[in-house]
Amino acid sequence: MAAMNLNRKKQRVDELAATTGARVEGNVDAGGIKDAEGVSLLASAWRRLRRNPAFLIGAVVVVLFVLVALFAPVLTGHDPSTRYLIGEVSQQNNPVPKARPGFPLGGDPVGRDLYARLVFGARNTLLVAVLATLTGFVGGLILGSLAGAFGGWVDSVVMRVVDIMLSLPSLLLAFSIAALFGRASQWSVILAVGIAQIPIFARLLRGAMMAQRHSDHVLAARSLGVKPGSIVLRHMLPNSLSPVLVQATMVVATSIIDAAALSYIGAGNADDTQPEWGQMLGQAQNLIDSYPHLAVYPAICIIVVALGFTLMGESLREALDPKSRR
Amino acid sequence: MSTQTTDIRPAPRADGDALLAVRDLTVEFGARKDPFRAVDGVSFDVRPGQIVGLVGESGCGKSVTSLAIMGLLPKRGNRISGSAVFEGTDLISLSDKQMRDRRGRDVAMIFQDPLSSLNPVIPLGIQVTEVMERHRGLKRKQAMPEARDLLEKVGIPDPNRRLKDYPHQLSGGMRQRALIAMALACQPRLLIADEPTTALDVTIQAQILTLLTDLVRDSGTALIMITHDLGVVAGMCDEVNVLYAGRIVERAARHDLFADPRHPYTYGLLGSIPRLDSPRGQRLNPVPGSVADNLPWTSACAFAPRCSQPIAQCREQSPELVETDPGLDGPRLLRCFNPITKETS
Repeated sequence: MAAMNLNRKKQRVDELAATTGARVEGNVDAGGIKDAEGVSLLASAWRRLRRNPAFLIGAVVVVLFVLVALFAPVLTGHDPSTRYLIGEVSQQNNPVPKARPGFPLGGDPVGRDLYARLVFGARNTLLVAVLATLTGFVGGLILGSLAGAFGGWVDSVVMRVVDIMLSLPSLLLAFSIAALFGRASQWSVILAVGIAQIPIFARLLRGAMMAQRHSDHVLAARSLGVKPGSIVLRHMLPNSLSPVLVQATMVVATSIIDAAALSYIGAGNADDTQPEWGQMLGQAQNLIDSYPHLAVYPAICIIVVALGFTLMGESLREALDPKSRR
Repeated sequence: MSTQTTDIRPAPRADGDALLAVRDLTVEFGARKDPFRAVDGVSFDVRPGQIVGLVGESGCGKSVTSLAIMGLLPKRGNRISGSAVFEGTDLISLSDKQMRDRRGRDVAMIFQDPLSSLNPVIPLGIQVTEVMERHRGLKRKQAMPEARDLLEKVGIPDPNRRLKDYPHQLSGGMRQRALIAMALACQPRLLIADEPTTALDVTIQAQILTLLTDLVRDSGTALIMITHDLGVVAGMCDEVNVLYAGRIVERAARHDLFADPRHPYTYGLLGSIPRLDSPRGQRLNPVPGSVADNLPWTSACAFAPRCSQPIAQCREQSPELVETDPGLDGPRLLRCFNPITKETS
C-alpha cells in the first residue's frame, strides 16, 4: 500500500517535472517571497500608491534629493570646502560675498561657494538622515521583536526601558546622547539622532507583534506545529513590519530636522569641511539679521526634503492600512 | 476546583481501540477563587476513521475542548485537568515542545475563518510546504511538487499557479481548501475541524464538507467536527456529542440522535432548524433564553431554566450522564431527569 502510494507519487512527480518542472523548480525555489506571479500586499499597495498625488510629489522630491546627493560633483564644479572668495571677505563692510557668475548664490562668510555647499550638503544630510534612521530602525527592530516575541518579563523589562527613553522628548534625548560624546562628529550626530528614535520603532513593532500573537494565522501555524522561532520570524515579524516601515520613512524627515537642531544648539558636527544643511543653518545664525539668505537656503532645503519624506510616509501608511485595502 | 461535586461521572470505558480517549477534560478560566468552567468533565472517544461531532451553541465549550486537546490554550490563566490519550500518550500532560512535534504531524486542526488563518504575506506554496519541512524534514524544493499534488487533491484548480498566489487572491472556499491541504500535509491520524464552514456560503459549505468527509474516509483519518449547525453534522458524523454549558448532555449515533432526540436541548436545537418543507408562515422554534440563564451544574441541571419540560428535581440535583436505552445504531448517553420520549414529542 505504502509502496504503491510512493510509486504513484513518484510517477506524478515525474509527470509534473516533465510538464512544468523547470518552472516549479526554478521559480518557486528561487522566487521565495518575492515572486513575480503572486501579487503580494506590497504590490497591491504600490498599485494604489501610483495614483496618489501626495505620494508622487513626495517621491519626486525624495528622488531629486537622492539624485542631487549622488551627483553632487556633477552639479557644481566647485569644492565645498575651498575658500574661493576669501579675498572678498572683509570684516568691516562685506563679510559675505555676493552672487556672481559661477557663484549663483554667492559665498559664505569664509568665502566658500554657497551653492556648492548646498549641493554637497545634500550628500551629508542624506547620509546622516539615512544612517540615523537605520540606527533607530535596527535598534527598534531588535528591542521590539524581543518584547513582542517573548512577552512576559522580557517584554516588561524591554518596554520599561523603552518607556523611560520615550518619556524624554526625542530632541532632548538626542542632545543628551550627543553630549556624551566628548568631541562632536558626524557619527556622534548620527548615533544621537538614531538612538533617540529607537523607542518609537520598538513600541510600534512590539504593538504590532502583540496583535499578531493572537491572530488566527499564528494560531493556525501553531496548530501545525511550526516552531516558535519560525512563528516569530516568518509569521509575526513580516506581518508587523508595515507600520514600522512607514514610520521609517517619516523618521528620515525627523532625523534631518533633529540633526539640524543639534547643529543649531551647538551639539552638531563642528567640522564644516563636509557641509550638512543643519550645520549650515546653525552657522548662519550669527549673521541672520544682515544676511538672512545664508539661513534661508538650507532651511528651505530641509523643509522641502522633510516634507517630501513625510508625504511619502503618510501615503505609504494609507496604502498599507488594511482598512483602505480594496 | 470545587471540592464538592455531586456529579459522579461514569468510569472510563475500557475502550482499547480508541485513537483518542478524552477523559474528564476540564478547563477553567479566570480567578482561582471564582473560576469559570468552560469545559466541565468532558469524556469521549474517537476511533480511527470515525467522525465525531461536538455540537452546541456559542460558549458551550466546544472550541475550548478542541484547543485543550491540541495544547493550544495559553498556559497562563487556564487550568486544564483530565486527560486526552492519543495512541497511548496523554496529550494534556505533554510538554510544549513534545506537543509541538505532534501538532501537524499526528493531530491537525482546521479553523473557522479561512482568510485570517492564512499568513497574508507568504505565498500559498510556501505555507503548505512549511508543514512538510517542519515535520518530515523535506527541503522546500522537494516538498513543492507534493504541495502541488496536495492542492490538486483538495480541489484547487490550476495548482501550479496557486502555489505562488497570496491568500488574498483566493476565494473563501479556495482558502479553506488550502487550509485543509496544510492540515493534511503530514497525513495526521486525527483532524479537528472547528466550524470549518461557518465563514463560507452555503454551496461552498457543501463542497468543503464533502471534500472533508471524502478525504478522511479515504485516508482513514479520524475527524472531530465542531459545529453549532446540526444540519451539517447530520450528513457527516458517525457519532454526535451535544454539549451544553461545558458538559456533554447527550451522545448518540447520528441516526438515533436525529430520529429520536432525548434531551430537551437536543430536541430544541433540532426544532430550531428552519425547514423548507414546513408550512408557510409557521414560526421558527428557537430554544428560549440564553446561556446567561444557566444554573450551576454542581447543584442543578444548567439547562433547567430554558428547558421545555423541567421537573422539580432539575433545580435540586445535578443530572448525571448515564447510559439509557440504546438506539438502533449504538449506545446512547443522556444527562436528563425528564427526557423527551416518543409520547411527549
